[in-house]
Amino acid sequence: MSTTIFSHARIVDPSRGLDETGSVVVQDGRIAAAGKDALNQGAPEGATVIDCTARTIIPGLVDSRVFIGEPGGEHRETIASASQAAAAGGVTSVVMMPDTDPVIDNVALVEFVLRTARDTACVNIFPAAAITKGLEGREMTEFGLLREAGAVAFTDGRHTLSNSLVMRRALTYARDFGATIVHETLDAELAGAGVMNEGLYASWLGLSGIPREAETIPLERDLSLARLTHSNYHAAKISTGMAADAIRRAKGDGVNVSAGVAIYNLALNEHDVGEYRTFFRLNPPLRAEEDRLAMIDALKDGTIDVIVSSHDPQDVDTKRLPFSDAAAGAIGLETLLAVALRLHHNDEVPLLRIVEALSTAPARIFGLPGGTLKPGAPADLAVLDLNEPWVVNEAGIRSRSKNTCFEGARLQGRVLQTMVGGLTVFDA
Amino acid sequence: MTHTDAPLPLFPLRHLLGIRDLSPPDIENLLERADRAVSISRQSEKKTSTLRGRTQINLFFESSTRTQSSFELAGKRLGADVMNMSVASSSVKKGETLIDTAMTLNAMRPDILIIRHQSAGAAALLAQKVGCSVVNAGDGTHEHPTQALLDALTIRRAKGRIGGLTVAICGDILHSRVARSNIILLNALGAQVRVVAPSTLMPSGIEQMSVNVFRNMEEGLKNADVVMMLRLQRERMAGSFVPSVREYFRYFGLDAEKLKAAKEDALVMHPGPMNRGVEIASEIADGPQSVIQEQVEMGVAVRMAVMEALLDPRRNPEGPSA
Repeated sequence: MSTTIFSHARIVDPSRGLDETGSVVVQDGRIAAAGKDALNQGAPEGATVIDCTARTIIPGLVDSRVFIGEPGGEHRETIASASQAAAAGGVTSVVMMPDTDPVIDNVALVEFVLRTARDTACVNIFPAAAITKGLEGREMTEFGLLREAGAVAFTDGRHTLSNSLVMRRALTYARDFGATIVHETLDAELAGAGVMNEGLYASWLGLSGIPREAETIPLERDLSLARLTHSNYHAAKISTGMAADAIRRAKGDGVNVSAGVAIYNLALNEHDVGEYRTFFRLNPPLRAEEDRLAMIDALKDGTIDVIVSSHDPQDVDTKRLPFSDAAAGAIGLETLLAVALRLHHNDEVPLLRIVEALSTAPARIFGLPGGTLKPGAPADLAVLDLNEPWVVNEAGIRSRSKNTCFEGARLQGRVLQTMVGGLTVFDA
Repeated sequence: MTHTDAPLPLFPLRHLLGIRDLSPPDIENLLERADRAVSISRQSEKKTSTLRGRTQINLFFESSTRTQSSFELAGKRLGADVMNMSVASSSVKKGETLIDTAMTLNAMRPDILIIRHQSAGAAALLAQKVGCSVVNAGDGTHEHPTQALLDALTIRRAKGRIGGLTVAICGDILHSRVARSNIILLNALGAQVRVVAPSTLMPSGIEQMSVNVFRNMEEGLKNADVVMMLRLQRERMAGSFVPSVREYFRYFGLDAEKLKAAKEDALVMHPGPMNRGVEIASEIADGPQSVIQEQVEMGVAVRMAVMEALLDPRRNPEGPSA
């Protein structure tokens, strides 16, 4: 029996509402105890003791929206390289989006991902499968078989289902299998050629705008359908105050709905686009400052359940282009935690709530192990120095693609060690 | 140049990407140079040696006969060697990116690149990647700085000033880089700027763009000193912004009746190419108040001024650096 003891650490475990100084005991890949009383029985003999004075231990992050290029776009990111990036960012579980080539819309692809992850990844990779075959928005995939094979959720990734009937059927059918439908909402027709938030700033840049309503119209439809079908619905990435209001109302009415927000919509606004900086071309687009503040409020009051990186590796061939021609998306696994911690350092959101949205909540919503330091749980955890300042720089990025929107950003809070199932997968 | 006037101050910028980057003195500087260039174009000997030995490449991703010829002629009158890169016959069609094309051209050591591209920000992107000066000849719906400068020169020569004038810009403001550049330039020089268009052709946030907004031509043109018509850019429209050409002409086309609302000596302008009977009636386009032909003439002068200012030998005596 191998035992590791992290002693004198600040332990933040939202699954138990716990924030106290104590020890975390890891035994045979699982948490044996975590908290101030963890060593009441005395330290087990032969244990490795790591002094964590001035350090903080949190459950490993569960990032529920990660795009990976494998299969089909390995030059942008492989499952292995994404897992290295995740580990460095304290992320121990990743929900992988089905937007691959071929699309993860059948059992063989789910098995491929799980097999590749087992053989090459150092963190847990959980595939999400497509709602519709080929992400085409028409025919449902085999929810039952895909779930049995290991798909943890259903989403059409970057695509929005425009057909309300298909959405209704998917929600209804998913309910029978206890599956959650995860959806990014963007009305493609209303958004038109839009590439950034609609408003004065886009107008001066001569860029087509995406109105907020392009997000809320399909979202409101989905919420109505979730109410109708009594199904589990997760709004993947909301970006507007109006969308937060809609989610808040639906939750108030008892609809089984949850919501996520991309880290960039919490940290940045439309002005960060600057002079056509394509790394800031994102989906949803960076919105106005009022929207960013509304996202923080919604995170604080629990309207928004989870924070995601929406890690989306893009290469120079898709980013070194004029703004309107560039692909949307930014990487984010390595910076997710530190950027989220800005909200803690600025006293905008309590630490416990931030960690909950990064680990406990997504684990609960997607039914994944982890997101907790309860005894018996897998030892998926991150050891941090909450206050260590650092500067993001391209050379240090482990992801195969370098399209970060935090290049040169000054962040505070650094991952020192990441453990997945009791194995150290990252050690600074 | 063969003028006898005192030398103008050094133009501070290496590129002309947008009017946004210019201070009022920079604009004055260019207009002054352009005024002098007009006289060269009116001589029988039109060729000077100002840019002798310099290479100018016109890189037009969007076809535009008039702007491209204007830049070509401007370069030739300054004595530069001018090359036109036609996109239809280039590798851009084969999937080469804008930047790869730019790098290739850059390796041929041009002194100045003139770029027209359908995407906003393309000129700025190019300027970051090449060693020579870059002139934006129109990037998407962002800016078209030489057009705004030639419009200002035309107005100034006709009216003697720009400050204090009321200029009504009418038509497809939403898709118009000409409108954006003009709004910035005219405001910088102290004009009162109005925009007149149906709401579907107004950009979001127009009220905050230092303009007075009108949805009715008669009201918008009332007592205007200058009426600037824009082309209804039908080819750019993703959807149907106005129901029909005849309805558009009825409410927003410039005809004699609507023009009466403006001052009697109001100038009528159009950046071209015109859609006669869509945004402007033929009788107005060819009428006594029209300065549309002058605009074309001023276009060559302004482009000469811009290139001469950017390649000022006082800044760059040895040509482009390695």
